[in-house]
Amino acid sequence: MNRGSEPTLLELSVPGRQAWSLQRNELPDRPIESCIPPEHLADHRPRLPEVSERDLVGHFTRLSHRQYSVDLGSYPLGSCTMKYNPKFADEVAALRGLADVHPAAPEQAIQGWLALVCDLEKALCSLVGMAGATFQPAAGAAGELTGLLMVRAFHAAGEARSRGGAAGGGAAGRGGGSGHASSGRTKVIIPDSAHGTNPASVTLAGYEAVTVPSDTRGCVDLAALREAIAGDVAAVMLTNPNTLGLFEEDIAEIARLAHNRGALLYYDGANLNAILGMVRPGDMGFDVVHLNLHKTFATPHGGGGPGSGPVLVSERLLDFLPGPRPALMGDGERYGWMVPERSIGRMHSWHGNALVVARALAYVLYNGSAGLRKVSNLAVLNANWIRKRLESSYQVPFDRPCMHEVVISAEKLKSDRGLSALDVAKRLLEEGFHAPTIYFPLIVREALMIEPTETESLQTLQALAEALERIASGTVERDAKPAPRTTPVGRVDEARAARRLEITG
Amino acid sequence: MEVPAALRYSSDHEWAAMDGAEIRVGITDYAQDALGDVVYVQLPEPGRKVEAGEVIGEVESTKSVSEIYAPVSGTIRSVNTELSDAPEELNQDPYGRGWICVIEPASSGDWDGLLDATAYQALTAG
Repeated sequence: MNRGSEPTLLELSVPGRQAWSLQRNELPDRPIESCIPPEHLADHRPRLPEVSERDLVGHFTRLSHRQYSVDLGSYPLGSCTMKYNPKFADEVAALRGLADVHPAAPEQAIQGWLALVCDLEKALCSLVGMAGATFQPAAGAAGELTGLLMVRAFHAAGEARSRGGAAGGGAAGRGGGSGHASSGRTKVIIPDSAHGTNPASVTLAGYEAVTVPSDTRGCVDLAALREAIAGDVAAVMLTNPNTLGLFEEDIAEIARLAHNRGALLYYDGANLNAILGMVRPGDMGFDVVHLNLHKTFATPHGGGGPGSGPVLVSERLLDFLPGPRPALMGDGERYGWMVPERSIGRMHSWHGNALVVARALAYVLYNGSAGLRKVSNLAVLNANWIRKRLESSYQVPFDRPCMHEVVISAEKLKSDRGLSALDVAKRLLEEGFHAPTIYFPLIVREALMIEPTETESLQTLQALAEALERIASGTVERDAKPAPRTTPVGRVDEARAARRLEITG
Repeated sequence: MEVPAALRYSSDHEWAAMDGAEIRVGITDYAQDALGDVVYVQLPEPGRKVEAGEVIGEVESTKSVSEIYAPVSGTIRSVNTELSDAPEELNQDPYGRGWICVIEPASSGDWDGLLDATAYQALTAG
């Protein structure tokens, strides 16, 4: 079988071939027309591939051999996409007592599960300095929306209080737009280096996203923030360290400015891998924090899921958390469900992606607080090693110690030799590495964002740096065919794929 | 990088060409190069009144999404609908077939405030 041309299952299909066989059917056959009214019957069979188990397994195994994965080698996309996930967490998530539980099981039958969620809530609250959490949001962006809806409910309740009205649940409801219309707060401030989900979530929550620029240090421009922040701002949304991998050193002043104007401070937890056990968002002044358990806490999540984006809040937002949420009941012995008084309602049809929560607790308990601190120490050390090593072959636009990731630029390579960040990324595939994030953050031209994470050894970092140096120095052989030339699939035409969408078979 | 001398420019990398009483608008060679392969262009509605500096559309490339700003105040008279099917024109011919819209200016003041080719070249050199 040619590695370059794996047929589709439909191409492998042979009529009548199947991957199952029932030895004996003990029930009499009934014609389908006697079971389903004729108007609901299709007039032709669906076109499904007919293959043997042998062919099916072969097909997917061959496809898997053409992949590059985090288990195969270095993956400098880092925790912001997915870091290496230790296997003990998978073993925990596969325990039958956890995996074989139905979400509708009565609470007396799932006391262990409820205790597990409460234990993780306590651990994460102490890790980030918050008072309570919801585990409903399915991933980070859902967490952002959840947090912003709580911000909105909080302001609406505050407005109701200051008008002398009862701060009842009614004013805090989502939908209808009454929330911020009555509070007069219509804007959320985000920096120009923000993750793309931030303005999207802000808009979805009914707010207007206002962008503040970064200064020459790569941090929020304080003067611009002072100018932008007024009584109509509901929240300031930041990630710290920011997407340039730089710590927002003015965070205390940013928090003071926001709080003085009655705005809340929102923490996007995508970069939490940099600060575990080092500094707590709660101590920096943040009021709402979303975490990405699937990024930071040991869950593989290729192919779109599952994720888990718990939202943690400070004391004054506890009442607005989505419900029902697991809690220790009044007797102190039994776990049950409770709905906070002014809850924004449900954010998930069930209780969230539970097995991701189980993996996260396993990861937290396995590492302990000292271990988690070491995770971040090593992640930051590795990124800074890469930064120093590559500063002579690439440009480092913000030349100061970084946190868990470093953004370098191929701008000079592009102007001198016509090699763009995209070309560098594609050549890295030929060198046996996954490509890092490119062209993000948007404020750095020809950006390559490298996040090695804590798990990569010095030898791996050296090999990665050598590969990037070979590409930059031009010692990699050049020919007319664009990289990658040694992978099962060569350079794909991304522009054509986006311009001429074909989304049917 | 091409910067035609006859055109005026905004610091947001739009170009403007005087075409009788109207002003034709597009994005510069520098802008298309920085954006990379353009895959989608969102055009303004003809007839819309716009202020100079107002967002009138979006250009999406394989790298990012950028906003298009009106270089002058006025009324959108026509838009280049060809771009819906052939967004690559923005890369291939930014000053010609890749034009974005035509604005009937509200006054002549905005035009005079735009950068000339020399000033724009200086801006992008830094």
